[in-house]
Amino acid sequence: MASDAVAGTAVVDSVADVGALPDIARREPGGWLVPAAAALVVAALPFFVSPYGQDLVLRIAVYAIFALSLELLVGATGLVSLGHAAFLGIGAYATVLGSGSDGASLAWLLPLAVAAAAAYAVVVGALSLRTRGVYFIMVTLAFAQMAYFVVHDTKAAGGSDGIFLYAKPTLAIGSTTLVDLGNRAALYYAVLVALAFTYAFIAMLLASRFGHALAGIRVNEQRMRAAGFATTPYKLAAFVVAGALAGLAGFLLAVKDGAVNPELLSWHESGAVLLMLIFGGIGSLRGAVLGAVTFTLLKELFQSEALLGPLAPHWQLTLGLTIIAFVAALPRGLIGIGAQLRALARERAARAARNAA
Amino acid sequence: MQSIRLAWPAVAGALLAAASIGATAQTSGPIKIGLMLPYSGTYAALGTAIENGFKLYVQEQGGKLGGREVQYFKVDDESEPAKATDNVNKLIKRDNVDVLVGTVHSGVALAMAKAAKDNNTLLVIPNAGADAITGPMCGPNIVRSSFSNWQPGYAMGVVAGQKGVKRAMTITWAYAAGAESTKGFTEGLEKGGGKVIKDLTLPFPNVEFQALLTEIAAQKPDAVYAFFAGGGAVKFVKDYAAAGLNKTIPLYGPGFLTDGTLEAQGASAQNMLTTLHYADNLDTAKNNAFRKAYAIAYKSQPDVYAVQGYDAAQILANGLKAVGGDLSKRDQLSAAMRKTAVDSPRGKFTLSAAGNPVQDMYLREVKGNNNEFRSVAVKALADPARGCKL
Amino acid sequence: MDLATFLVQCLNAVQYGLLLFLVASGLTLIFGIMGVINLAHGSFYMLGAYLAFALAPWFGDWFVTRLVAGVALAAIFGYLLEWAFFSFLYERDHLQQVLLTYALILVFEELRSILVGNDVHGVPAPSWLGGGFRLGSLMEYPWYRVFASAACLVVALALYAVVQKTRLGMMIRAGASNRDMVRGLGVDIRRLYRIVFAGGVALAALAGMIAAPLSSVYPNMGASVLIICFVVVVIGGIGSITGALIASLLVGFVDTFGKVFFAEWSGVGIYLLMAIVLIWRPEGLMKRGF
Repeated sequence: MASDAVAGTAVVDSVADVGALPDIARREPGGWLVPAAAALVVAALPFFVSPYGQDLVLRIAVYAIFALSLELLVGATGLVSLGHAAFLGIGAYATVLGSGSDGASLAWLLPLAVAAAAAYAVVVGALSLRTRGVYFIMVTLAFAQMAYFVVHDTKAAGGSDGIFLYAKPTLAIGSTTLVDLGNRAALYYAVLVALAFTYAFIAMLLASRFGHALAGIRVNEQRMRAAGFATTPYKLAAFVVAGALAGLAGFLLAVKDGAVNPELLSWHESGAVLLMLIFGGIGSLRGAVLGAVTFTLLKELFQSEALLGPLAPHWQLTLGLTIIAFVAALPRGLIGIGAQLRALARERAARAARNAA
Repeated sequence: MQSIRLAWPAVAGALLAAASIGATAQTSGPIKIGLMLPYSGTYAALGTAIENGFKLYVQEQGGKLGGREVQYFKVDDESEPAKATDNVNKLIKRDNVDVLVGTVHSGVALAMAKAAKDNNTLLVIPNAGADAITGPMCGPNIVRSSFSNWQPGYAMGVVAGQKGVKRAMTITWAYAAGAESTKGFTEGLEKGGGKVIKDLTLPFPNVEFQALLTEIAAQKPDAVYAFFAGGGAVKFVKDYAAAGLNKTIPLYGPGFLTDGTLEAQGASAQNMLTTLHYADNLDTAKNNAFRKAYAIAYKSQPDVYAVQGYDAAQILANGLKAVGGDLSKRDQLSAAMRKTAVDSPRGKFTLSAAGNPVQDMYLREVKGNNNEFRSVAVKALADPARGCKL
Repeated sequence: MDLATFLVQCLNAVQYGLLLFLVASGLTLIFGIMGVINLAHGSFYMLGAYLAFALAPWFGDWFVTRLVAGVALAAIFGYLLEWAFFSFLYERDHLQQVLLTYALILVFEELRSILVGNDVHGVPAPSWLGGGFRLGSLMEYPWYRVFASAACLVVALALYAVVQKTRLGMMIRAGASNRDMVRGLGVDIRRLYRIVFAGGVALAALAGMIAAPLSSVYPNMGASVLIICFVVVVIGGIGSITGALIASLLVGFVDTFGKVFFAEWSGVGIYLLMAIVLIWRPEGLMKRGF
């Protein structure tokens, strides 16, 4: 594998090699009904749940959008990026910087945030896609670190303490306000709509010709090129779409928190979203959302003094060990539990049959 | 997927149950105090010291403040401004605390101040020195028991001016706290007729100082003012001495350069002059009693962070005493917190209208492993609170 | 900037670069030979620094002995860690390695917090390396920094000698090119990997021990070293010791002179360098090879 790293097919092959991953465009059990039902349940939650609980759901939803955007790169195209947080951060910063002290209209602030993230994605993608395998991982990290240091060290973006959003964006026609994201209920449903949109958009993208081309690139890029596909434009397109969606997540995060900070672009954040994907299961959109839910709730759990008492301050230990256990035991994530158990059962049956015979 | 779909109602039920437990009692029952401090990472030791000091005061009052029991909720802020809003919401919205106490890192504290203003929660800050908190972000429900970054810097500048420094250089990390501290120094120095010829900065938290030390040596100023904390402070003082600069160019700084770091700095810090609102060996009855009680309770020596935690509890207690423990009388409570003088181990101090201590700044000299009191650098120094509308 | 200052800055750049090389050499070995992305490498550096602190009272001024003892302990630790944990990572893809070693960082940090606490500690340099020599009228240059640079150079030469001139080195190079063939030839590749891993950990720990009197020991000290090390390894070419040396010196110069001339942008400089190198030569400066 070390020698393969140079040829660059190692990462591509090995992602597909972790057993038969669910093909991301294949119909999963329940089809559209399961995500739709989940969306309805989440929409009804504000009537049952405390304000803190709603904030938690909101946070999970925003991270789910972030995770979904990375799923397009990692799960669908096989490109592992360790710098995806840069696009989240750029979307967030564009939101705050564009709002100024009076707030701004949703109509142009949202496109601005998404466009800013997409623009950086074009640059990073065009340059990084010249490298492969582990070098690609490192170059994406480098570009994210560059953005991080620009935001962290220079006065233009407020420095290491970050900047605050003083007025949340609104959408108004004439003098009537249609949507005011400062209103908690409005924000809740806006985020939910955004999540549903992202999920549906990526699902449709993957079911299209474009998505199938990405799948082909993931499985064997050389064969795709031999078949006449210019693979780089496809990869770049995937990279930019993923970056744009991460920018959307950044916009929502900035509005929800009312503050942005350079740590949004740090490699820890990029690592966290990769963890979400692997928790949920790579190669599945439901897995991405499930991973976001799991990771956020786990972190809440381990840091909660009410539930874990004296262990709470040592959350780094408990979280670290849990991650190791998860990644080691469930390489296909939570979504893959069913398949893994079935494979185990089949193996056991086959062995029993052999022993009996 | 079945199990996932079934989980949602269970989650909702659990959250509902948790929410109902957190009902706020305004006039009876225990006071809920939310401690948001760094319990992991670089500033963990400071977080522990602050909590120890706070709890020591409460213990001295018999475990009650304003006649009511105290219930603590803790959140580790990891000194991460990015997670600050989520973390402070855990205390405000999940645990429904009555009072927020925190934190060390200024970036996190700014987020806490914003959340406190948005939710009208009481906030007592036991360290973070960001000028903005008692500046543009000041509010009647926000009080600080520590200092503003400007204060120790200004005091040091005054001392430097008195010592005849005409050309000085400053060096710090490129972040708000560093900028505010060096600004204070510059103002104090200019009052004494000196000026700062160059401000050196390096990105936070980079600690490779050699290049900048060479720059200092090349410029040959009369003195250098440095603002670093924690590991950075240790390394800088050691590197400065190793380069032989401490023999010809005196190094000044706020107390953070030498507080809690002397064991690590050793000989390199000896005889250094710093300014701070506290000195370990202040020979007053209050300080001696405090140090003794702290040592007995926690088997270690207190530092300025412990004092700040102790005074945070004291300020809160002053307010609660005035309203008889009735948190609903918010205006009276806030006013009492500000108006009552604080009998601190650092000496008596009062609070400005903006909520920042008006206190004596002491000049200290490093001797052995202690910062020893030498003289009062500036008496009753008040932060200018620029931008505060109170 | 006059000539004297310029020369001193060059000296600073070289010294920083050489210390980086020591940490990066371990990382490039592990990365290059075994194909494992190890994000916990910074934790080994921290381990070395804390070892220097812990062993100081036992060895006093016998500094070199202390270094040897620390390196031996670190190597044993690395050997056991490889056997218990890392050997399971070879079959996994890079993503899983990244995440597993990231979790390891969390675990190490917390263990450090529980075992040694969160205070900042100083490690004194041995008295026979105290003081410095004057650089004209400018400033003093500490002898300890000279020692640190010299030690790094000695290790670099030793590393080169081992890898190029010994049987072990030959097996390492062979194992890097074709693992299965080497196994087929009767070499116990698992033990070989274990030795290489222990060596990598020892190198990082040695760097931490040497750096401890300069930087003191404090929580999270591995984090800043880690990312820069990856940059060095990637610029130099994964698996190439010579590449790591060249890259470390480059990074040392960019960092030092960047601080002096571009204070605000110096943080960006190193990553800009990495991006430029990778776009020009996607596999680093020195391709596979030593």
